[in-house]
Amino acid sequence: MRPFAYVRAADVDEAVRAVAGEPGAKFLGGGTNLVDLMREGIERPATVVDVTALPLAAVDDLPDGGLRIGALVRNSALAADPRVHARYPMVSQALLAGASPQLRNMATVGGNLLQRTRCPYFYDAAAACNKREPGAGCDALGGFTRGHAILGVSESCIAAHPSDLCVALAALDAVVEVRGVGGTRRIPMAEFHRLPGDTPHVETALAPDELVTAVELPAVPVAARSRYRKVRDRASYAFALVSVAAALEVRDGVVADVRLALGGVGAKPWRARAAEELLAGGPADEDAFARAAEAELEPATVRPGNAFKTRLARATIVATLRELSG
Amino acid sequence: MGVTQIRMKVNGVTESLDVEPWASLLDTLRERLGLTGTKKGCDQGACGACTVLADGVRINACLALAVQYDGSEITTVEGVDHPLQQAFVRHDGFQCGYCTPGQICSAIGMLAEHAAGMPSAVGASGLTEDEIRERMSGNLCRCGAYNGILDAIKEVL
Ligand SMILES: Cc1cc2nc3c(=O)[nH]c(=O)nc-3n(C[C@H](O)[C@H](O)[C@H](O)COP(=O)(O)OP(=O)(O)OC[C@H]3O[C@@H](n4cnc5c(N)ncnc54)[C@H](O)[C@@H]3O)c2cc1C
Ligand code: SF4
Ligand code: FES
Ligand code: FES
Repeated sequence: MRPFAYVRAADVDEAVRAVAGEPGAKFLGGGTNLVDLMREGIERPATVVDVTALPLAAVDDLPDGGLRIGALVRNSALAADPRVHARYPMVSQALLAGASPQLRNMATVGGNLLQRTRCPYFYDAAAACNKREPGAGCDALGGFTRGHAILGVSESCIAAHPSDLCVALAALDAVVEVRGVGGTRRIPMAEFHRLPGDTPHVETALAPDELVTAVELPAVPVAARSRYRKVRDRASYAFALVSVAAALEVRDGVVADVRLALGGVGAKPWRARAAEELLAGGPADEDAFARAAEAELEPATVRPGNAFKTRLARATIVATLRELSG
Repeated sequence: MGVTQIRMKVNGVTESLDVEPWASLLDTLRERLGLTGTKKGCDQGACGACTVLADGVRINACLALAVQYDGSEITTVEGVDHPLQQAFVRHDGFQCGYCTPGQICSAIGMLAEHAAGMPSAVGASGLTEDEIRERMSGNLCRCGAYNGILDAIKEVL
């Protein structure tokens, strides 16, 4: 691993200042993504600012019935929180479907949001990758694309966003609270991750000196009946090929409220707004679910290696909504 | 870029070490402290061979920087004295044995997590076979000794 200076920040302002003052400095959470990428030489920070000692590891109730999740809450602790379980089961399920128990014990919420793609060409320093080296080209185009995205992609980059948690957060309209030297701001989940366009190296709305301090979940009554369903190459310990976060409330056979987001198929955690709009107020039956799925997937750009994802996503959306409507 | 002094209690012994910030906990245990029981399989979080307990919690030592565990209590397989070890022998819970230290530390962490009420994706109420398989899914075994590992864990429940 390339040598770097290590700083353990004692408070939020110290952490922010330490990163702002050093070009190329990085925050370090559980290390499960950053340490891996530093070892591969993909990330090469000169300074690493460890934020795990900051007092941001609590989950607190919000007055409106929502939850405020500190950025340093470990993925395993969040999955086990009884309030998350009761109010947002899709969040617990998304976390428990991700990585392994050991990794979840280490991984933080902030790090989960900022984790980088698992595109194998991004990880391979010998391959051409616009995300790693702007303008270098993209070896995934015309390469092995089984894990790549079909929605929101560009001719510069077709990498899929790897997080399971973020898919549930997108469905729930979570808000990310961040702190930089300029102060605190709140970024809606829908604006937090960016589509690649012709700048795939710019992945989020976060400035380099900005630290994620918390994620807020608003009260979403329909989420009490929600589900995260993940399809992958083995039963556990694998990234999603396709995943679906869904919440559904049916009254008298009619969709009274619905939330839908997709993982494994999007260049960012993919809120399925077109499908939601078609479903709302309409019948809660198999045909309606299929039409909504098709509308969402209609703009998909597929390659030979990932064309299967359109049908797989459609089937997974329909199956998840069917389960919730039953 | 210098070294940082850290203090860890490893298998009950307090160790003071000067480490480089980029040294992993795994390399520190194996190369600095000579505790080679903990194995390096993939060095990227994908196999579980490097599983150790940090303050009783199972983690992958290959993705842990030693500096981040300053002040922690680390338990490696050398510090384990648990009925699971005999149970692994009795049930052929291994063939080559490379994944075994990680499996043992992981299983101990898993039992503590279950006792503390931590959920899993399976969601059964007790430690059924499906639960144990899911909760142990962070430890791969290239020899495919999974059935023996499962039987060994079931024996100590
Ligand atoms: C083998 C393996 C399998 C995996 N499988 C899955 C899976 O199936 N599903 C899934 O969702 N994930 C999976 N993961 C990814 C895992 O969830 C992430 O690595 C983890 O969530 C990152 O959190 P961390 O705290 O370890 O982040 P770190 O590695 O510490 O940091 C990651 C990035 O976030 C930045 N960062 C960290 N904290 C903050 C903060 N508070 N503010 C701003 N920036 C910050 C860092 O600078 C870095 O760029 C897997 C990982 C591995 C190694
Ligand atoms: S898909 Fe994106 S991350 Fe993968 S090689 Fe192409 S530019 Fe890089
Ligand atoms: S060596 Fe750590 S997970 Fe494989
Ligand atoms: S016993 Fe050989 S890898 Fe598990």
